[in-house]
Amino acid sequence: MSEQEAAAGPIPNPLPPGGNQGSEETRADVSRGRGETVAVRPKALAVYLMCGPEAPALAEAAVQGGADLVELGFPFSDPLADGPVIRRAAERALGQGMRTGPCLECLAATRERLPDTPLVPMTYSSLLEAYGWERFGSDARSAGATSLIVADLPAAERPEVRRVQLVAPTSTDERLAVAAASTEGWLYLVTLTGTTGARSELSPALAGLVARARERTDLPLYAGFGISTPDQARAAAELADGVVVGTRAVEVAEEGPAALEKYVASLRGALDS
Amino acid sequence: MELTYGEYGGRFVPETLVPALDELEAGWKEALGDPAYRAELDDLSRSYGGRPTPLTLAERFAPGKRLYLKREDLLHTGAHKLNNALGQALLALRLGKRRIVAETGAGQHGVATATVCARFGLDCVVYMGSEDMRRQRPNLERMALLGAEVRPVEFGTRTLKEATSEAIRDWITNVEDTHYLIGSCVGPSPYPEIVRELQSVIGREAREQMLAAEGRLPEVALACVGGGSNAIGLFAGLVDDAEVRLVGVEAGGAASLGSGRPAVLHGSRSSVLADEDGQVLDAESISAGLDYPGVGPEHAFLRDSGRAEYVGATDEEALDAFRRLARTEGILPALEPSHALARVAELEAELVLVCLSGRGDKDLAEVSAR
Repeated sequence: MSEQEAAAGPIPNPLPPGGNQGSEETRADVSRGRGETVAVRPKALAVYLMCGPEAPALAEAAVQGGADLVELGFPFSDPLADGPVIRRAAERALGQGMRTGPCLECLAATRERLPDTPLVPMTYSSLLEAYGWERFGSDARSAGATSLIVADLPAAERPEVRRVQLVAPTSTDERLAVAAASTEGWLYLVTLTGTTGARSELSPALAGLVARARERTDLPLYAGFGISTPDQARAAAELADGVVVGTRAVEVAEEGPAALEKYVASLRGALDS
Repeated sequence: MELTYGEYGGRFVPETLVPALDELEAGWKEALGDPAYRAELDDLSRSYGGRPTPLTLAERFAPGKRLYLKREDLLHTGAHKLNNALGQALLALRLGKRRIVAETGAGQHGVATATVCARFGLDCVVYMGSEDMRRQRPNLERMALLGAEVRPVEFGTRTLKEATSEAIRDWITNVEDTHYLIGSCVGPSPYPEIVRELQSVIGREAREQMLAAEGRLPEVALACVGGGSNAIGLFAGLVDDAEVRLVGVEAGGAASLGSGRPAVLHGSRSSVLADEDGQVLDAESISAGLDYPGVGPEHAFLRDSGRAEYVGATDEEALDAFRRLARTEGILPALEPSHALARVAELEAELVLVCLSGRGDKDLAEVSAR
């Protein structure tokens, strides 16, 4: 991908598409970055990658493949919300020295390559506790972060840390309302009770969660956890405004940018079909 | 965030668990206010657990002192862990949860959990690091005989830290029908409060027994501290007696309070062995029960307030105390309380109380190999 193409990235800050619950007339056509104009993509695709030396190039490949938003994992030694694949990726990243400072540099380097793509660091409280909660938010944004996700910081806690809030099938209506009122940009729907990782079927809990969330917010709803195949992405996007793919993306990323781009393109194709 | 103990405690967990913690907190408050819960727990503690445990004067181990041992090693299953497991199992039954998940380091909490699950007919899954499975083999076999499924944890340090993480991940996945029976006064609120309350029977009994035996309170009360549950239970009975020195003894290579810093591990903010970026470091101890980089948030609070003090003991000092108690008193202590025993001789105090939190059968192979 040339710099020019990267600069012509498809999505303006701060929000990717998908926020208008499918009402076509509110969407303008956008450039796919290859000189042609294509029909608007009504559903957003967020791809999670672990910070590391290869992450900026991988993020660029993901966007080339059709990702609208990139989550960058800042690894933590004891990631309770993560299954084995992302846990191992975190261990490897920590082994490569990817502590908070280098992760912020990785974020900045990714931002240089992708000036227009929302970039969202995803991490755990212990890193913010050590770095300073407000300082982390401020430095991450200076490095190009669009928002932030803290996997083990429940909604309503530390409201001064502006972030994308997560809700789960177990969330009460009251907690859904609190999360929706305080989230930044979009609401992250955890599709299942469990940790990150591929599953054979899309969680049956998603439909009910989407319905309950819709009653409480007009913001875009992106579904994540357990979505790895194009079919699952399509099925989840029939309910939600976008999908987040993490574990499988992290696995494919190990094969390099070309493989990642191809994988993301397969998800993009499913969402656009 | 509403932190429970000064600047420590709290609930740093994925959203999935927050409603379950709310439910647990409500159920716990209700149980505490229900005389029937208390009565059933007291009855089981007596008729099944063997409470009250005795206080033993150990004159040959500590010549020139009056050292009393609170004999939690004589409790059913051989350690204080049963106090907590019984209370939480009764709570799980009240909450309608029929599946129990737990972590274990030395295996004592795993055995206690497997025991109460057998007693109440609950499904039981225990996560245990493969390194701990190796060094605490007898407890592994006990859990299997009691009908528990022990799942090895094969990553990281393969010890208590990773076993705890995996137990929490299991709970996240099966939260609808599962109670997480945490073994120490760690974890997200309300767990540290629950475990403290269920272990406080140690301190209450010891205080009464001490007054009966000596007519006065001990000058110093010592207990080993890994996560800190036997220590918090002992301290709970004496914390309001300002004249009693409270001393926690950590393993030298796992001194979360001695050389830790504020960090978030396993759902709460406490003093943790962590680097300047908040990444948790590996602990290292001969004692699988103390081999943990975190500690209960109330201990961090007691340290900061100055009400309790925390010191360390090396593997060698603990081994020496283990052997000495065996030869002088005919008691094989677990390696964990051997750390507390190791700090007795140097105390200026005459009247000393130590929580002998468990028995040492599980450690024979480890001790013989040194």
